[in-house]
Amino acid sequence: MARRRPKLAVWKFASCDGCQLTLLDCEDELLAIAGAVEIASFPEASRAQVAGPYDLSLVEGSITTPDDLERIQAVRKSSKYLVAIGACATSGGIQALRNFASVAEFAAAVYAHPGYLATLERSTPIAAHVPVDFELRGCPIDKGQLVELLSAFLIGRRPNVPTYSVCLECKRRLNVCVLVASDMPCLGPVTQAGCGALCPASGRGCYGCFGPADTTNTRALANRLNEIGMARPDVVRAFRTFNAGAEAFREESERDA
Amino acid sequence: MPSAANRTLRVPALARVEGEGGMIIRTHNGRVRDVELRIFEPPRFFEAFLRGRRYTEPPDITARICGICPVAYQMSACLAIENACGITVAGPLHDLRRLLYCGEWIESHALHIYLLHAPDYLGYQSAVDMARDHRPEVERGLQLKKAGNEILTTLGGRAIHPVNVRVGGFYRVPTPAELEPLAERLRSARDAAVETARWVAGFDFPDFEPAYEFVALRSATTYPIMEGRLGSSLGLDIAVDEFEEYFVEEHVARSNALHAHIRGRGSYLTGPLARFNLNFAQLSPLAKEVSRDVKLAPPTPNPFKSIVVRAVELVYACDEALRLIAEYRMPDTPSIPVEARAATGCGCTEAPRGILYHRYRIDEDGLVAEARIVPPTSQNQAQIEADLRAFVEPRLDLSTALLTRQCEQAIRNYDPCISCATHFVSLEVRETD
Repeated sequence: MARRRPKLAVWKFASCDGCQLTLLDCEDELLAIAGAVEIASFPEASRAQVAGPYDLSLVEGSITTPDDLERIQAVRKSSKYLVAIGACATSGGIQALRNFASVAEFAAAVYAHPGYLATLERSTPIAAHVPVDFELRGCPIDKGQLVELLSAFLIGRRPNVPTYSVCLECKRRLNVCVLVASDMPCLGPVTQAGCGALCPASGRGCYGCFGPADTTNTRALANRLNEIGMARPDVVRAFRTFNAGAEAFREESERDA
Repeated sequence: MPSAANRTLRVPALARVEGEGGMIIRTHNGRVRDVELRIFEPPRFFEAFLRGRRYTEPPDITARICGICPVAYQMSACLAIENACGITVAGPLHDLRRLLYCGEWIESHALHIYLLHAPDYLGYQSAVDMARDHRPEVERGLQLKKAGNEILTTLGGRAIHPVNVRVGGFYRVPTPAELEPLAERLRSARDAAVETARWVAGFDFPDFEPAYEFVALRSATTYPIMEGRLGSSLGLDIAVDEFEEYFVEEHVARSNALHAHIRGRGSYLTGPLARFNLNFAQLSPLAKEVSRDVKLAPPTPNPFKSIVVRAVELVYACDEALRLIAEYRMPDTPSIPVEARAATGCGCTEAPRGILYHRYRIDEDGLVAEARIVPPTSQNQAQIEADLRAFVEPRLDLSTALLTRQCEQAIRNYDPCISCATHFVSLEVRETD
């Protein structure tokens, strides 16, 4: 008898859709993936909705509304294995910049009239609300890491996703260090690998879109950035982008320098 | 008889669109009473947190509004900031930007045609279902999509949220040799795009031809992507910096949303159908020939044929990308210097789904003092609702299930990107934390 295919669900919270699009960007693998798992719920790709429970849930986006506080609980209950994908789901995303300001002021800047949508004061990652079995970092996630995650899930092993810094990828790629050689601001030393050191390879410093690496010394980097002429407000802005809510980056940006 | 009853057509969560939205249509005594395209996508406050950021940051930050069309955001942001700083990026750097943008058009249009819209015409729930009976077509669509993504990856570093775009140009420009493998792939993609046009032109199209005002960029010299003035089928002809004088968002009775109107006129349509109808003469010879082959000519008012127009634009984008690669000369520098100054600037480009307008006010410290972003789906929302109203009323004899499904298809005509459109809705801040 054929083995039952695991049921896959893809969920969206506050996000740009880019991380779930990464699944559809697996042009060479998509039909094979659809053969190996049953795509049971993936509204961006299909009208069909197969009821849970689901063997694997990929969760994109951060929690920013009262309804989503409840919805993430329901997602967790219906999922055997829950993976948060992308910077929004793992750190609160760019929209976590509200966490450093007053959301009422933010709302007044954008919207002229009151209406029916409600929003929370803070944007928070999935793991702040429910247990998460694994996290894929990145803004957006890396396609290779997504395929690795799905393959590992199907085989029943842990995904091989490194937690060291972008510096190692730079060395492996034989990039000349932009920070050391050109005094170019770079968050690579404190940022988790996974992108393949894309920015230094393009001649710019890393801007930290994979969030903090496993063990970081953000303070040493901030001091170095200061030494090469970066003013403190610019250092704060550098740590407050797509992973502003990640603990190591948040702490550094809030430190009295 | 279903038509006599008071009915509600309801789609709680629209599938095969980007972002989260729903639809409710209520009828009363054989007439449509309410039409509402609902947006549940949570607000993310981009215009608010852009304030206080450096003038160099909006391209990377606003890209995150939309994972499907990040290049459109990057380009509108660059043009607006360069406009504020009194700089025009022209020549080979402009051409490289256009090449990058062609990649996004190819990726986005292939995604929409094959994975989001075609399943409606052929009666499937998804492209994966469709692949059981139409595997070669779905594979062709995925390869086309991949060709677009390869342009994005080669020029931008990655397909989603490219890292290589900056105010003033790029961080690094490719050598001609790096573009050569792209040309090879694009030649077969162009063939696939021609086959796509023939394939989708054979679909059945509901008989539906509203009287639209089409709005798009217009240029005397090129099929506009990031060039020209704003024009419409009713004679509008304005510079991009006049956008806010003519286009306004207004409250509409019985709707929670703000609707975009042309001042004193009404709703309008932006996107591929508008571009095609206003700029047909600027298409490449091959794209025109394919249009004639599939019996598509301006004016084409039927929005259900937007899938064919997208296919013609796919042909054009492949053709144009090949031209840009063939004529490519490596620029002397990857970017030109852009010094901040206290000023306001705006920019408008043709995102895959229509015009995307950005305006920034920069202060004397080089920080963003104010930002305004008007995405295409926000602009189309009023027109989508008007379409649904006009489409449903003569079809109330259809079953609720069938009519609901056709309404979904009518919404998908616009390739709505609800992730982009969120700041179109009004909201209430509740302190539940």
